[in-house]
Amino acid sequence: MNLWPLLAIAVLVVGFAAGLNPLLVILVTAFTAGLAAGIAPLRVLAALGHAFNATRYVSLIWLILPVIGLLEHEGLRERARTLIGRLRAATAGRIILGYLALRQLTAALGLTSLGGPAQMVRPIVAPMAEGAAESRFGRLSERMRYLVRAYAASADNVGAFFGEDIFIAISSILLIKGFLAQSGYDIAPFRLSMWAIPTALLAFLIHGVRLWRLDAKLKRLARGEHP
Amino acid sequence: MIGLHDVYVLAGAMFGAFALLSVRDRSNPRRFGNGAFWALLAVSFLFGSQLGDTANGVLVVALIALGGTGALGRGTAERRSAEERAQRAARRGNALLVPALLIPLIAVVGTFTLGHIQVGGAPLADPNNVTLIALAVGIVAALLVALWQAKAPPAAALEEGRRLADMIGWALILPQLLAALGAVFALAGVGGAVGHLATTWLPLGHPFAAVLVYCVGMALFTTVMGNAFAAFPVMTAAVGVPLIVQRFGGDPAIMGAIGMLSGFCGTLVTPMAANFNIVPAVLLELPDRNAVIKVQVPTALVLLACNVVLMYGLVYRF
Repeated sequence: MNLWPLLAIAVLVVGFAAGLNPLLVILVTAFTAGLAAGIAPLRVLAALGHAFNATRYVSLIWLILPVIGLLEHEGLRERARTLIGRLRAATAGRIILGYLALRQLTAALGLTSLGGPAQMVRPIVAPMAEGAAESRFGRLSERMRYLVRAYAASADNVGAFFGEDIFIAISSILLIKGFLAQSGYDIAPFRLSMWAIPTALLAFLIHGVRLWRLDAKLKRLARGEHP
Repeated sequence: MIGLHDVYVLAGAMFGAFALLSVRDRSNPRRFGNGAFWALLAVSFLFGSQLGDTANGVLVVALIALGGTGALGRGTAERRSAEERAQRAARRGNALLVPALLIPLIAVVGTFTLGHIQVGGAPLADPNNVTLIALAVGIVAALLVALWQAKAPPAAALEEGRRLADMIGWALILPQLLAALGAVFALAGVGGAVGHLATTWLPLGHPFAAVLVYCVGMALFTTVMGNAFAAFPVMTAAVGVPLIVQRFGGDPAIMGAIGMLSGFCGTLVTPMAANFNIVPAVLLELPDRNAVIKVQVPTALVLLACNVVLMYGLVYRF
């Protein structure tokens, strides 16, 4: 067994930890892995080029930039903010908690494309949560604002990751099924979905409790105490 | 039939327009760097499949050389002040939200319908890529509605899109590049080496130890690779199937389901999963690129511990 390709992981971890530009770290990591495995440099370059071309679909989400940019120019984020600022019961924590529930439920129904950082978090969820925090605490410190935004993004991830596996036709379920079938175990996707439910409930509970406590945390920050 | 290639052409045209608009942006001190970066990306989307692997590799290195060395800059930010935008928003009311909500709506409806609509004997959209095509259709429809509402020319939307793209900068290609790195890792056998280490060096003689190593291994390996899909085959072949299922008689469905979700705990804490963790931080204009990861770490750790207990409690019982 050639263990030298593991050197690439060390390069990657050290590069990221040292705060170097991630693009450069990835380039060096790719060549480290390839050369350590005894692949010629030109073939590593070709493999990287081939893989980059084959994964262009990953970047298709950026097609959204013109429409989101235009809507923001017309005041979309300000609108989302005022809309929520009017609701007295709305707090940053509760809005993000509501989004977490919505995101997880819709992902469980296979509707993962309903959310996302560019589609929902930046234009709608984060401004709503910030608006609610502003109507409660007045002007937000930078630290409070960034905390609210980071939690809004986290709810999008937690909801999607731990909701999607309940849907039987999602790619991760199909991967599990396919791999286990190769190993000689034929399993109905329904059984995999069913056993994803306990973790899904726990994920909602754990992240939900943290979101519930976000408002108290913001309150302490607003008073200038260190949490 | 609408295929993925048509959507790539659309993306190529958009990045081409970004390149032209970037070069014209005199407020950006490095406008030619931005222009070259977006132009290369446009070439990749328009002609990538004709270029050949080596030329694509050179293109990737050129993108990294520009993005990795600070050749990209930013022009002046938003031309309208927040007050002005708030006034416009107040006049427009909730109609402003319609296009934004139209995108996910059309993406979802399209995912379930576009592959089944027949036009001249062929499906309207390639059934294998229907989700991405539906997303693109939703975006174009929302853009048309937004342009009509704002009575703005298409060039205005491209200009605003270019402004956002310049703000995101080199991070825009990070998710795609990490996906490509995963393919190089697979070629180099990095996964096999990790699995070899895990089985050779770790004590796996007890049913609980096997579950612990499998779940934590899934999370750690995912942290390194940035993708639970890359970790799953390796860890399941090395630990899951031979030990949990075959030696200790565990249930493969429970092992697979909870094993994958343990991997997702790793996804929550790694900058390698750039599209989930780094891109949102950039999009939300957070100065700390790891700010999203930091709020996810406690949830990920507690949930991983829960998964270990859950799997141990269930996998040997059903």
